[in-house]
Amino acid sequence: MSRATSSLSRSIAAHAILILYTVIALFPVIVIIINSFKERRAIFRTPLALPDSETFSLIGYRTVLDQGNFLLYFQNSLIVTVVSLALVLIFGAMAAFALAEYRFRGNTLMGLYLALGIMIPIRLGTVAILELMVASGLVNTRTALILVYTAQGLPLAVFILAEFMRQVSDDLKNAGRMDGLSEYRIFFRLVLPLVRPAMATVAVFTMIPIWNDLWFPLILAPAEQTKTVTLGAQIFLGQFVTNWNAVLSALSLAIIPVLVLYLIFSRQLIRGITAGAVK
Amino acid sequence: MGSLKLENIRKSFGKVEVLKGIDLEVEDGEFVIFVGPSGCGKSTLLRVIAGLEDATEGQVLIDGVEVSAVPPAKRGIAMVFQSYALYPHLNVRDNMGLGLKQAGSPRAEIRQRVDTASKMLGLDDYLTRRPAELSGGQRQRVAIGRAIVRNPKLFLFDEPLSNLDAALRVNTRLEIAKLHRDLKATMIYVTHDQVEAMTLADRIVILNQGRVEQIGSPMELYNHPGNLFVAGFIGSPRMNFIEAGRLGESGKGTIGIRPEHITIDPSSGEWQGKVLHVEHLGADTILYLESEKAGLLTVRLFGEHKFAPDDILHATPRREHMFRFDEAGKART
Repeated sequence: MSRATSSLSRSIAAHAILILYTVIALFPVIVIIINSFKERRAIFRTPLALPDSETFSLIGYRTVLDQGNFLLYFQNSLIVTVVSLALVLIFGAMAAFALAEYRFRGNTLMGLYLALGIMIPIRLGTVAILELMVASGLVNTRTALILVYTAQGLPLAVFILAEFMRQVSDDLKNAGRMDGLSEYRIFFRLVLPLVRPAMATVAVFTMIPIWNDLWFPLILAPAEQTKTVTLGAQIFLGQFVTNWNAVLSALSLAIIPVLVLYLIFSRQLIRGITAGAVK
Repeated sequence: MGSLKLENIRKSFGKVEVLKGIDLEVEDGEFVIFVGPSGCGKSTLLRVIAGLEDATEGQVLIDGVEVSAVPPAKRGIAMVFQSYALYPHLNVRDNMGLGLKQAGSPRAEIRQRVDTASKMLGLDDYLTRRPAELSGGQRQRVAIGRAIVRNPKLFLFDEPLSNLDAALRVNTRLEIAKLHRDLKATMIYVTHDQVEAMTLADRIVILNQGRVEQIGSPMELYNHPGNLFVAGFIGSPRMNFIEAGRLGESGKGTIGIRPEHITIDPSSGEWQGKVLHVEHLGADTILYLESEKAGLLTVRLFGEHKFAPDDILHATPRREHMFRFDEAGKART
């Protein structure tokens, strides 16, 4: 059956490309998860084989959980990620609203200034940030990480959200003003729900680098009490001996929370897109 | 209750001056329409009246009270927008009642006023629906209902019919006319469609490039256009303009004659010309005639006529309906 919009060969080609990409993207993740369920020898001998009755072992997970502090690490990671994410979204959206909605002197300049962070990696300022945190006594606190991650996430959030907020109908905002809604109500009740898909996109883009970051936890908060999961997993990576079972198990576990958060946001994302499409 | 006075309203965006000193008085109960080509500042003027934009200079007085420092919600006005601008997260009843709720009216009163408005507009069956579940015409009725519920001194309409299809546009136009009769409220209406302006307005304000060109009742503007712009803008098809010199009249200037004020005869007449194109509309026939003496002429004939391109015809203007404009485009009296 060939129709105007689809031909068999073309859809095969499209699917082949998509499947190839999926395989490439998922391969490392699958290998990590498979091997986390195997015993040490099997990991090295047949890294691509699925665990069978002989090689199956939960030793990695047991090590991770026995190590004691992993629950704490998870908690730290979650707190840091969720709080930073919330701050980025709320402040980013507010700044974006101001840039998109109000005419004031230096509006464009301010927008550029806020977007500068996209181009300049925050890690260049690590030394200064560390000095700042030492001076303000925030070293080895989750607050230090939250502040840094909020700063890191804001530029992209402002940039994307401002663009979307410009597309929200002026008439709608003006109707709100005519009905006596405050600017805050207009922002929270009218504009934010309409840019929800953009918020979800920003949330995903912001969340994943924070969750995976090793750099700032290592430098700003390496204490046992404030370690994040990625940093915690490093204890199994020794200079001479590496406990691969434990490393792989820790990483597999680390995928779960971020996967859950992603699923929540991506559902919003899809809902937003379809809501817009059928109008 | 609902007079409006504008005194020397000016509005600039940066260096661009959009409104260049507008004076206007609207009496209580009047239906005034701002009309003009796009970019003439009519929507900006409406926004200034609403308080959504601050005028750079000048005063807005509603019922004799200067309102420059009064926020939109407290001016006693209601506005209907081109894109309906309904709140997507509220159902029809809450959409209509939100303004009153914000103003702190008691629930029973809000309920009763929404019921009255919805009855007036035939929205009773849709009160629990969300805007997304309504058709365009229904949405615009809800937007109008939202304005009625607030019982404003002044209704502002910002091109309310532009997003509707042709049939619905006529219906809604009738509804707005009826609404004006029933409510006896002051209404200010912005449109670029001169047919809407002619059919609805008590008075029309013609704007061009931020200035008022002429103010008057529809028939005043049709019969006594003050200048070339108004003469060309009001009336469809557009008035024919002919250089005075070509017709052998003394002095420079322009002669205007409306398409419906030209008679056609196959054998004799003042201006001989060749038919370029004919539009058969049933009730009307529109002829485009290339004449030697007067240039391209549009002629509107009533009823059906069997003319074809390349026919040679003679056109005769009805002298008593000719308009004369001087060199600057002002009407000669």
